[in-house]
Amino acid sequence: MKTNDVIFQTVAKVVFFMIIFFAVHLFFAGHYYPGGGFVGGLLTSGALVLLLLAFDMKTVQRGFPVDFKWLIGIGLLFSIGTAAGSLLFNVPFFTHAYNYFQLPLFGKTSLHTAMLFDLGVYLVVIGVTMTIIQTIGESE
Amino acid sequence: MEILMCIVAGLLFAAAVYLMLSKSLLRIIIGTGLLSHGTHLMLLTMGGLKGGAVPVLGEHASLYTDPIPQALILTAIVISFGVTAVFLVIAYRAYQELGTDNMEQMRGMETDD
Amino acid sequence: MSLLHWAILAPFLMTLFVPFIHKRASVIHTGWFVLILPIVLFAVFLQYLPVTRMNSSITQTVAWIPSLDINFTAYIDGLSLLFALLITGIGALVVLYSVFYLSKTKEKLGHFYVYLLMFMGAMLGVVLSDNVITLYMFWEFTSISSFLLIAYWYDRERSRYGALKSMLITVFGGLMMLGGFLVLSLMGDTFSIRELAAQALELNEDPLFLLAMVLVLLGAFTKSAQFPFYIWLPDAMEAPTPVSAYLHSATMVKAGIYLVARFSPIFALSGYWFWIVGAVGLFTMTWASFNAVKQTDLKGILAFSTVSQLGLIMSLLGVGAASLHVETLDDHLYTAAIIAAVFHLINHATFKGSLFMVVGIIDHETGTRDIRKLGGLMSLMPVTFTLSVIGAFSMAGLPPFNGFLSKEMFFASMVHLLELDLFQMDTWAILFPVMAWIGSVFTFLYSMMIVFKVFTGRFQPEKLEKKPHEAPIGMLVSPIILALLVVVFGLFPNLLSYSLIQPAAAAIVPAILPPGGQLDVHISFWHGFKPELFMTIGVIVIGILLYKLMPKWIKIYDYMPGKVTLNQFYNASLYAAERGSNAITNAYMTGFIRSYLVYIFTFFIALLGFTMWAKGAFHYDASSAASIGLYEAGLVVVLAISIVTILLAKSRLTSIIALGAVGYTVSLFFVVFRAPDLALTQLVIETVSTALFLLCFYHLPALSRHNEKRRFQAGNALVAAGVGVIVTLIGISAHSSKFFPSINEYYIENTYKKAGGENMVNVILVDFRGFDTLFEITVLSVAALGIYGLIKLRIGKGGETNENQ
Repeated sequence: MKTNDVIFQTVAKVVFFMIIFFAVHLFFAGHYYPGGGFVGGLLTSGALVLLLLAFDMKTVQRGFPVDFKWLIGIGLLFSIGTAAGSLLFNVPFFTHAYNYFQLPLFGKTSLHTAMLFDLGVYLVVIGVTMTIIQTIGESE
Repeated sequence: MEILMCIVAGLLFAAAVYLMLSKSLLRIIIGTGLLSHGTHLMLLTMGGLKGGAVPVLGEHASLYTDPIPQALILTAIVISFGVTAVFLVIAYRAYQELGTDNMEQMRGMETDD
Repeated sequence: MSLLHWAILAPFLMTLFVPFIHKRASVIHTGWFVLILPIVLFAVFLQYLPVTRMNSSITQTVAWIPSLDINFTAYIDGLSLLFALLITGIGALVVLYSVFYLSKTKEKLGHFYVYLLMFMGAMLGVVLSDNVITLYMFWEFTSISSFLLIAYWYDRERSRYGALKSMLITVFGGLMMLGGFLVLSLMGDTFSIRELAAQALELNEDPLFLLAMVLVLLGAFTKSAQFPFYIWLPDAMEAPTPVSAYLHSATMVKAGIYLVARFSPIFALSGYWFWIVGAVGLFTMTWASFNAVKQTDLKGILAFSTVSQLGLIMSLLGVGAASLHVETLDDHLYTAAIIAAVFHLINHATFKGSLFMVVGIIDHETGTRDIRKLGGLMSLMPVTFTLSVIGAFSMAGLPPFNGFLSKEMFFASMVHLLELDLFQMDTWAILFPVMAWIGSVFTFLYSMMIVFKVFTGRFQPEKLEKKPHEAPIGMLVSPIILALLVVVFGLFPNLLSYSLIQPAAAAIVPAILPPGGQLDVHISFWHGFKPELFMTIGVIVIGILLYKLMPKWIKIYDYMPGKVTLNQFYNASLYAAERGSNAITNAYMTGFIRSYLVYIFTFFIALLGFTMWAKGAFHYDASSAASIGLYEAGLVVVLAISIVTILLAKSRLTSIIALGAVGYTVSLFFVVFRAPDLALTQLVIETVSTALFLLCFYHLPALSRHNEKRRFQAGNALVAAGVGVIVTLIGISAHSSKFFPSINEYYIENTYKKAGGENMVNVILVDFRGFDTLFEITVLSVAALGIYGLIKLRIGKGGETNENQ
């Protein structure tokens, strides 16, 4: 996959950040508005795929020196850790907790352990999608 | 609308089954994709269509559409993505190793292809 | 856990240590360590003698699966004790013998003793269990250990053949027996043999009684090698000789005898029992002794002789059932049959055990067991010769050995049948003594063959592999002990009368005993000029005549049909079963995924279609349906066009794009149907999937129909249409009939209250049904890693493309 389309590359760079921001927004909004870990993760991977299409595999790898397989493991650990964490507080597995805080800049915000779980989902989805795409793309 | 959607789902199922029964690997994969679309639409239909507002409490509606099929379908969509990916890779690896995408040739049968 | 339980389990526990002992202490023959166990167990069981002497018993129960009434109940009475002593006693002698028989350097002793101990434990379990399920379990254990022991030299084809044959036949019988046990337990509502025996009279009235009896007898007959199931025993002789002596003559094959004896209190009232057990036993005895004479392999002769002797004991148990029907005090005429059975059981174990060991010695010292090659060994192996004379003469029923006594009692019991006027015996009774006598003549014949063909005649050293000489003393110890017992029991039979025989016989026919009473066991050499004495004399005279004239009449065996034997039947049916299964499997397992899918879908259509039609499950009710908007109608049209495009697409790009169109249309449907989360996800997934498809394009060939024939396509279309119609019908019916209220109220109500969120779908995913999501991402991870492995890991073709290199 080698392209030398300057316009496409320039546009892709800009659009990439827009998508990423939107994805992160979707992820955080998930608990209250449509969105969440799945969509967020998929959209983030979509953005990365866009970069892959615009540039080649190596360039993207240089920009994001992340091994996506690790992302899968980290995400799974996040999710299962959140679920198991409730055991420390002597409540059944998978009991979530939440509370509302008054934060500067953000105002009234809720902090939620479900968010941590969703973060795990987010990471796994990115890891899985990118591992699949990368592996297929790399193989010749 | 529900009746129409049932027919649409049936149509998707029929097309999917037809494709899955063919000899070409790629068509089989496309068939599985159609099958999951059909299932999703069917599930959604079973929960009742357009029965209320978007299932987000911020809508402050008196009636919401059923959120359970939606949650199920969301899971199913992502899983079927994984399945499609695995199928694709198996297909292309099989093609690489065996040099054919014909299901009949794959099991060692001589065909007139 | 009582002492009895530990005694049963001890051999199993010992098996755990055998491999270590074998490995660590390889200087000393493993058999010496193993030998300790049967001796200790023998001593343990001897302690129960005073208990069973009084015809009382001990029951110990350990709960195993109490909810199903399956318990590990150990039960010891005269019968069980007799068998336990045989198992441990002969076991000890056999282990001692094997120490000298099996080379410690050449053989896999670790395996051998593990199997042997497993067998010992299983056998003890069989004879000491009161619960039929436990009994069955141990029973199958004996089959398995017998299989392993026969196949001990598994590099020989005959061994494997014999092992498989014995396994197939005995396990078949075992399963039948299990069926019989289950029928019995259904009738009697208990798994305990004692409790079943207590309600024997009611069980006799049950319509299932005969079925249970036949099934249990199938188990006993297969195990005890009765006609027509005996064919496995001659092939089992491929096992090492100690195994043949132990399993296939003294103990395991007597498990069937034990079973018949143990279930006599339940079944023996029935006339069928008398006839089946008696007639099958007697026929087996005659048939096998007739066949033994034509064998040329010493172990072959012994195998058929074992079958024959087992038949003899079986027939005695069968006709002994008559004692239950005779009201007069004269009944000891028939209990004598039971007593003879028990006595002969002991005698057979002693003389046949010693004979097997003698044959083992001959085989070991000369390198062959073929009587055509052997001869004139008398002066070279005097001790072995003496032992074989004692064993064989006892088997032939000659005085002063124990075989003479039990053979006389056998004749007596058969002759007494002439006076019986039960079960239509008035017409048929004469057959019993006649067959018994004919069988005994042949028994005499092959017994003489064992002695005289081997030890007298011309010595043929050129045909032997080794230079024959007397066996080492260690190898002779066990057969000497057994031969001594043959003589001692022959001269002083009343050593056994009330210590072992009476309690065992009493346990077989408890019904005729008054409380606290005993059976009258009277064994004596001389009881006047009775028919049995003349029968014995006749056997000897005719036997000697036939032996002398053997070359003249031996050809009659050539006239026996060679093609239609039971063995041919076994081989042919095994072959047919393999071929048949193969053909059937190959017929539907085509290796073509389409075939499997067609099975699945056809079944789906047939089953669901039939159910819907038969139950009248189809409903149509569109009253609650939502209206159809113009926009939705448009989407449906787009969807339909896309589907048709996929179906007709000639190029892969077209079909991929059309698939993408279907996906996007579906996501638009999600928008219309107020599912924003789904719409978003579907949209992104569709994009990523399309990218994936396009990526794979580099690696996939162009789309081809592969010359699908019209008929092929038409068949597919038919199945596809069927599935589509069924799905639609189910969807419509499901929509039209609502039996339960929706559970979504709970989620709508609690999304904010309990989970502190507002987006119900997301809250369900991460909170209410978090487990689903957790497993879902796990599945996704597995898929991703699987893909990674599929692509990166290249094994095969020499494995040189492994990425780790």
